[in-house]
Amino acid sequence: MLEVADLHAYYGKSHILQGVSFQVQEGEIVSLLGRNGVGRSTTIKTIMGEVEPHGSIRFKGEEIAGKKSFEIANLGIGYVPENRDIFPTLTVRQNLQLGLKSMRQEGRWNLEEVFSMFPNLAERADVVGGVLSGGEQQMLCMCRTLMGDPDMIMIDEPTEGLAPKIVAQVANLLQEIAKRGVAILLVEQKLNIALKISHRLYVMGHGQVIYEGTPDSLMQADAVRAEWLEV
Amino acid sequence: MLDVFIFATLNGLVTGLLLFMLASGLTLIFSMMGVLNFAHASFYMLGAYFAYSISLYFGFWTGLIFAPLIVGVLGAFVERYGLRRVHQAGHVAELVFTFGLAFLIEEAVQFFWGPGTKNYQQPELLDFPLFTLFGQEFPAYRGFMIGISITIFIGLYYLLTRSRIGIIIQAAITHPKTVANLGHNVPLIFMGVFGVGTALAGVAGVIAGPVLTTFPGMAVVLGSIVFVIVVIGGLGSLAGAFIASLLIGLLQSYAIASDVGVPDLLNLLGLEFARDHPLTDLWTMTLPQIAPILPFLLLVLVLIFRPTGLLGKREQ
Repeated sequence: MLEVADLHAYYGKSHILQGVSFQVQEGEIVSLLGRNGVGRSTTIKTIMGEVEPHGSIRFKGEEIAGKKSFEIANLGIGYVPENRDIFPTLTVRQNLQLGLKSMRQEGRWNLEEVFSMFPNLAERADVVGGVLSGGEQQMLCMCRTLMGDPDMIMIDEPTEGLAPKIVAQVANLLQEIAKRGVAILLVEQKLNIALKISHRLYVMGHGQVIYEGTPDSLMQADAVRAEWLEV
Repeated sequence: MLDVFIFATLNGLVTGLLLFMLASGLTLIFSMMGVLNFAHASFYMLGAYFAYSISLYFGFWTGLIFAPLIVGVLGAFVERYGLRRVHQAGHVAELVFTFGLAFLIEEAVQFFWGPGTKNYQQPELLDFPLFTLFGQEFPAYRGFMIGISITIFIGLYYLLTRSRIGIIIQAAITHPKTVANLGHNVPLIFMGVFGVGTALAGVAGVIAGPVLTTFPGMAVVLGSIVFVIVVIGGLGSLAGAFIASLLIGLLQSYAIASDVGVPDLLNLLGLEFARDHPLTDLWTMTLPQIAPILPFLLLVLVLIFRPTGLLGKREQ
């Protein structure tokens, strides 16, 4: 579904991504792991068109490198940024409606379904997003992206700063999303979550992919974990 | 006394709502692009001139419909092929661009329509007194101006707060990248809002032209006051612009209608100055005389006591 090949990206003169290559298949949960500053978030920002790409990014067979963010979103890629970026002055309902690409859109997710999955959001449907808790904001942000019926979503650190109970809810939601055929590219620092829900993993270091495997194989690769993941 | 107050209020309302039609577009554009469009009042002038030309052949009502549309398309064109390119060079370049555009439009108006005042008339259909109170007539056309301004205000309010496109605009103003990531074409939205903003200025020109006269300096006359309004209301605040527009419209109207001045104040204090005093002009000044500078005095006061404007937010 998503094929990234020899992807380079720069912030000014800094060469951040130095030939990143990986793939995500339909319905798969793939995690990008690594320490802070290795280029995981830059990778998904580059795929989304927020950072200028140098290299090949193919989605459902189509080259998307160089396309604008809204065009990439309309091709079926959803993006949940690390800072959540909910619209604080709009209500929960309005935040969710913004995720729809058109009013006539009928996809895998709709307002009623989202509200039944997250009664908290339903109860606060007419409350402005700015007053929600961190966990509720994260759920809102993910649901808003789902409303656009993407074929793949890229999620940046969804469990950052959340209570353990909410982290478990997020993990369950991600598995539910994958069950419905939506591929997930997850950028995560919490190794236990990634190991629990991912089908495959990539470990990044110095702007490159330095390890590819499954949760089981990574558990066996002590040297990789020690050198690139553990603090 | 009551008749003066009522008519001053009605006239202030007409001016205030007219000013809001200009200020609302300017505020929306500022909210999105972070730049004050110095050419905004020029689009108001273009509205009046286009409507004048159309009215010569097809009548006032056709002008009322098509002149704002032409101005809106022109505004969208300016955003797409002018401002959007200049935007990459920063806000100063944008300001200079809009400043230059204002001059260009004024020169173009003089070139195509000439330097003189145009005989742009209100429609015969509305050439009658709407009502007579205390022996004074209130023209139906002014009532029409109030009606159309309020209709546009309510329409704009519902569009921005209740419709899906309004929600997208609100979100795009504060989080353009996030809105783009959700699949919305933000540059197209910005172009549309710029077009609608200039079209609103065009409507103001169409309905103000017959009352405030259509001449090449009309943009300069109203333009400076519109900037005063958006600063007093708070940069980027639509509600603030609405309050400031009515405030200035009423303030000027009451000042013009009043019959008081410095001599009355001096009498009250029991003071008297000789007629041949060097500062006679100052002692004999009346409120109607200083009415045109009242908005600017108010601006100075607001900047001293509340620099963010009435409903503006302090920048972080």
